[in-house]
Amino acid sequence: MGKTLVEKIWDAHVVKSDAGFPDILYIDTHFIHEVTSPQAFDGLRKRGLPVFRPKQTVATADHNVPTLHQDQPIKEELSRYQVDMLTKNCAEFGVELYGLGHPFQGIVHVIGPELGITLPGSTIVCGDSHTSTHGAFGCIAFGIGTSQVEQVLATQCLLQQRPKTMKIEVNGQLAAGVTAKDIILYIISKISAAGGTGYFIEYAGSTIESLSMEARMTICNMSIEMGARGGLIAPDQITFDYVKGREFAPKGEQWDAALEKWSKLYSDEDAAFDEVLTFDAADIEPMITYGTNPGMGMGISGHIPSRESQPLSEQPSFEKALDYMGIEADAPLLGKEIDYVFIGSCTNSRIEDLRQVAEFVYGKQKSPKVTAWIVPGSKQVEQQAIEEGLDKVFEAAGFQLREPGCSACLGMNEDKIPAGKYCVSTSNRNFEGRQGPNSRTFLASPLTAAAAAITGHITDVRAMMKENAYV
Amino acid sequence: MKKFIELTSTAVPLPIENVDTDQIIPARFLKATTREGFGDNLFCDWRYDANRQEKPDFVLNNPTYSGKILVGGKNFGCGSSREHAAWAIQDYGFDVVVSSFFADIFKGNALNNGLLPIQVSDAFLQNIFTEVARNPATQINVNLEAQTITLLSTGDQATFEINPYKKSCLLNGYDDIDFILNQREAVAAYEASQAG
Repeated sequence: MGKTLVEKIWDAHVVKSDAGFPDILYIDTHFIHEVTSPQAFDGLRKRGLPVFRPKQTVATADHNVPTLHQDQPIKEELSRYQVDMLTKNCAEFGVELYGLGHPFQGIVHVIGPELGITLPGSTIVCGDSHTSTHGAFGCIAFGIGTSQVEQVLATQCLLQQRPKTMKIEVNGQLAAGVTAKDIILYIISKISAAGGTGYFIEYAGSTIESLSMEARMTICNMSIEMGARGGLIAPDQITFDYVKGREFAPKGEQWDAALEKWSKLYSDEDAAFDEVLTFDAADIEPMITYGTNPGMGMGISGHIPSRESQPLSEQPSFEKALDYMGIEADAPLLGKEIDYVFIGSCTNSRIEDLRQVAEFVYGKQKSPKVTAWIVPGSKQVEQQAIEEGLDKVFEAAGFQLREPGCSACLGMNEDKIPAGKYCVSTSNRNFEGRQGPNSRTFLASPLTAAAAAITGHITDVRAMMKENAYV
Repeated sequence: MKKFIELTSTAVPLPIENVDTDQIIPARFLKATTREGFGDNLFCDWRYDANRQEKPDFVLNNPTYSGKILVGGKNFGCGSSREHAAWAIQDYGFDVVVSSFFADIFKGNALNNGLLPIQVSDAFLQNIFTEVARNPATQINVNLEAQTITLLSTGDQATFEINPYKKSCLLNGYDDIDFILNQREAVAAYEASQAG
């Protein structure tokens, strides 16, 4: 019997597999950042160990950096200390750092791909659950805790149980105004925030195959939001075209050899998945979440579910979520007034996201009562946006283009949504207080977020696109 | 790593589903560079109001409930990979977390720190919630060697699964790094095979 893509990559990276023990899995690339690495470096010091393969380790500062005035020292003392600690640790242990001020700095899951460090067929880990993003290139990529960061720094290996495999097929043509973000929010709303736990998910089908690399990254990014450790997409010509010529991608003969290897990265036709789910692209409309986990999502024209539609045991949690959000069961969300729009995060901060927003808001003006932030995923994205003149479009429309970082996705820095305020956010989590204590988050696509910024309330972007067409 | 062998304790019930790691320890507390002290901010936004006054209706502020066992609803520990969540729970004083379903990364992080995650059936979880609500002094025994969890007041017992390797790590206080460092030759052989 054939193998799934996950099995092929897994098997190629098993150092040792003994009955009764987890596999020792070799890690090709390890990304680290300032928040989940200091205790790991401390652990190395206590054990008297070096970083085993420093050249396979890449660091950046992203979670805890300001998104204004990055050329100046970080004002907040604890944040500055943590970022300085990363600089110190990288210098001491010989790890390459793309820190603040470096032209390659940015959100770890944006810079890996754009620098050509993320390569098909590889194993990639990072102390961040959205490491699944890199799966868009046909990688086994997953988030780990700090003890495991220490383990990879010390040994370039991880002890891991072989995961179960799930295939999610999406077929058909997406309607106008429906994007990759809507696909993944739709899938999560169907299988729940825990529906993928224990699995690696392979996304396939004609809809997925038609997507750009940026869109594929958006999909794989949110695999963790259904509990899956990782998600991946078989690499194809779109993947190879994206990788070719990037800073650290193989060149010349090495490129040819790599391409030969990568062309074998697909699930065999007779491979058996533990679970297969199929969705039709035509059923997907622009999505929005109403609750406090990413599984609580719905089509934008829909109504919030009724209490009675929830399983009995889940009704208290459901009510708690609606109460927190200040919304009613059975009600629509269209027309709901909002206060903030955040376009950014490792889910939606790439150049394609920014272009899409710029195209949509061109010639429009944001609502005066909405604060609209656009936080690019990296210095390179920021630079490209400026070169393309997108910054001027955003400025004219009243959107603020800031500097790169994780920003209001998790509100570790000062970019917080105030208590009680509503934010339409292109990020990945709508947990209670995620964007700041008592903030309220509606997750959506960049287009839906941009539309809400313009009108000041939750809006069906498709209606506005029709208006545009008639002008 | 801290050893875990056996424990008998009262329990703290938190019958909420999808308790995510942002609730366990909000991101703004992740600026620390050591593993200690996170317990003060465990469940911070449920536990304290904006003026850092205790919210009396939250279970950790209710003197009726105490103990070294935290009992949570389904899909406990979902969300971020922050190990700080496991550190916070342990730093507060818990040695065991019981739920009917754990998110993967949290479960791994807990095991890597000697905090024992015990998955039980929905029915047994309800049984614990009911019994602890009826009598907060209910003692619960957790025996890792036998892989059992027992409500001592009623004698109700469930067995739980744990990977045999992880079990031996907990019983002996070993961690994964110790294990892999002993396999250096295999790692070198793997790297050599790839270079060829």
